Amino acid sequence: MLQALADGLLTGSIYALGAIGLTLTMGILRFANFAHAEMMTWGAYMALGVLTLFSLPTAPLGPLTFGWPLILATVIAAGLTVVLALIVDRFVFGKLRGKVGHLTLVFASFGVALLIRNLINLIFGGRAQYYTSELQIAVPVAPGLRIMPDQVVVFATAIALVIAVHLFLQNTRLGLAMRAVSESPPLAQVNGISLARVVRWTWIVGGALAAVAGVLYGVSVQLRPELGFHLLLPLFAAAIAGGVGNVIGAVLGGFLIGLIESVSVLVIPAGYKLAIPFLVLLAVLYFRPTGIFAGTTGGK
Amino acid sequence: MLGVALYLVFFLIVVTIYAIVVMGLNLQWGFTGLFNAGVVAFYAIGAYGTAVLIGPARDRLIGGFEMPFLVGLAGGMALAALAGLIVALATLKLREEYLAIATFGIAITIQLVALNFEALTGGANGLIGLPRPMFDLFATPGGYNLFYLIFVLAVAVVIYAALERAVRSPWGRVLRAIREDVTAARSLGKNPTTTRLQAFVLGSAIMGLGGGLYVGFIGFVSPIDFLPILTFQIWAMLIVGGSGNNRGAVLGCLVVWGLWTASGYVISNAVPPGLQSQAGAVQAIIIGLVIVLTLLFRPRGLIGEEDVVSAHARDDEVTTPQEEIPAQQGQ
Repeated sequence: MLQALADGLLTGSIYALGAIGLTLTMGILRFANFAHAEMMTWGAYMALGVLTLFSLPTAPLGPLTFGWPLILATVIAAGLTVVLALIVDRFVFGKLRGKVGHLTLVFASFGVALLIRNLINLIFGGRAQYYTSELQIAVPVAPGLRIMPDQVVVFATAIALVIAVHLFLQNTRLGLAMRAVSESPPLAQVNGISLARVVRWTWIVGGALAAVAGVLYGVSVQLRPELGFHLLLPLFAAAIAGGVGNVIGAVLGGFLIGLIESVSVLVIPAGYKLAIPFLVLLAVLYFRPTGIFAGTTGGK
Repeated sequence: MLGVALYLVFFLIVVTIYAIVVMGLNLQWGFTGLFNAGVVAFYAIGAYGTAVLIGPARDRLIGGFEMPFLVGLAGGMALAALAGLIVALATLKLREEYLAIATFGIAITIQLVALNFEALTGGANGLIGLPRPMFDLFATPGGYNLFYLIFVLAVAVVIYAALERAVRSPWGRVLRAIREDVTAARSLGKNPTTTRLQAFVLGSAIMGLGGGLYVGFIGFVSPIDFLPILTFQIWAMLIVGGSGNNRGAVLGCLVVWGLWTASGYVISNAVPPGLQSQAGAVQAIIIGLVIVLTLLFRPRGLIGEEDVVSAHARDDEVTTPQEEIPAQQGQ
């Protein structure tokens, strides 16, 4: 049980990071971006690509399985993911925005997701890959609880980024502008906020967060082209449970989904784990469609 | 020459079955504006439902009710409709994209059930040795396939005629009214939620029918036939032909399935066996490109909708300033 809770918190921290980006896009750009989770796949594989291409030494830091090269690769991967997001927005979403119904944008993101996923499959192949072949032994920290040093770093990184995003949204003018557009684009524009600039920064923040979340997932699990495809449902469930557009809600939603998923394995066969977010999502939509956490503006 | 003819019959059976599924999606998206991101789930439910109902009784397996094929088909349709109802009830009153997300979820869930619920679905091996309707009456498999082609064509024609009647009826006009402007439809006393629910459930049942017909044709079900790519293929067929037009849906089916088959043939001959994963990726990329490029450059598809009032044709009209603000479109 203790182990399940610890695992759930770890998975939840990665979900939280992904769900922030998703909830920002859904709140500010006003469409459910099915390609968001593919940006996580893209980021994870770009970091792998950087490591392989420059055959960086994998000298691990202390007890970890990775070292500075992966951290450097993650920064570059975040940049490459932002570039991808901006290119897709420039040539697909930007062309459609304002001209067609917003469901057509959802559909376009559906097609883009298929493209990104298979582009990665084409370049890197379909087999599972890892950043390093180093093995790591889990350290017992309490009776019935073993934790790997990597997991501590993954968790801490995710939490630090979540706090950073929160501070950015609350304390900078740009963050204020993003929140304003999320509330009401016409009112934001009347107040002299440039929609184009806010849209651009939403992609930059969302893309960079997705890339880091992808790498963290790759470190704690493995890399596969279907990584994002399987994360999409937990991320949507987290964003909707937290109330669309609500960053703190998305974080709590991420932890909630991670915990339920990992505890559920004690009760149901592990093969059905991927369906748990769907059941949580259905429950939220039936009983509290504006999100579990108060003061949110999702739902209608 | 006979080989080509046999293959052509096989190809046309698959196209006809997919055309039925595409018509189901057309009712949901083309006429009513409901986004179904899990077409494969409803197709699979219809297929597995039919398989369990018509299958021979077997040890260690639930089902195997040995029912007549048509009863199996109806049962598969009813199960697909039920799945559609559950998803629709949860989401139709909410933001439009919640339906998209929930249908995506049901597709993932059904895939898991197909793989893991071995007592019902046979797991990764699937259910084999299912009876094919009236198979014994034919001396050769080729003759039987020709019969089955005529059968599925007849079903497709019935579905086509029924849908054409339905969308031209007052009910069909309400569908399009809702798609174009929910508020206006509501102010005229129409109930958007009920009408959307009807269209979505009916569309799901038609997709389930497609799945059942597929089972009758190949005589087995396995998870391999219900991969997520199918949803994308069906969508590509719909928008290439032109959503909101049933003739377009059928035409798109021929074009996209032809493209898929041809690209598969070329790639399997050109790519060494070790790179099959990449070969599949290229085919999927083609489908993705078809979807995105059609949306960008020919949103009406090859034929397009007949009426001038279409949400998909808005780009050649003057957009009002309000429409440039994303918030005005989200509900």
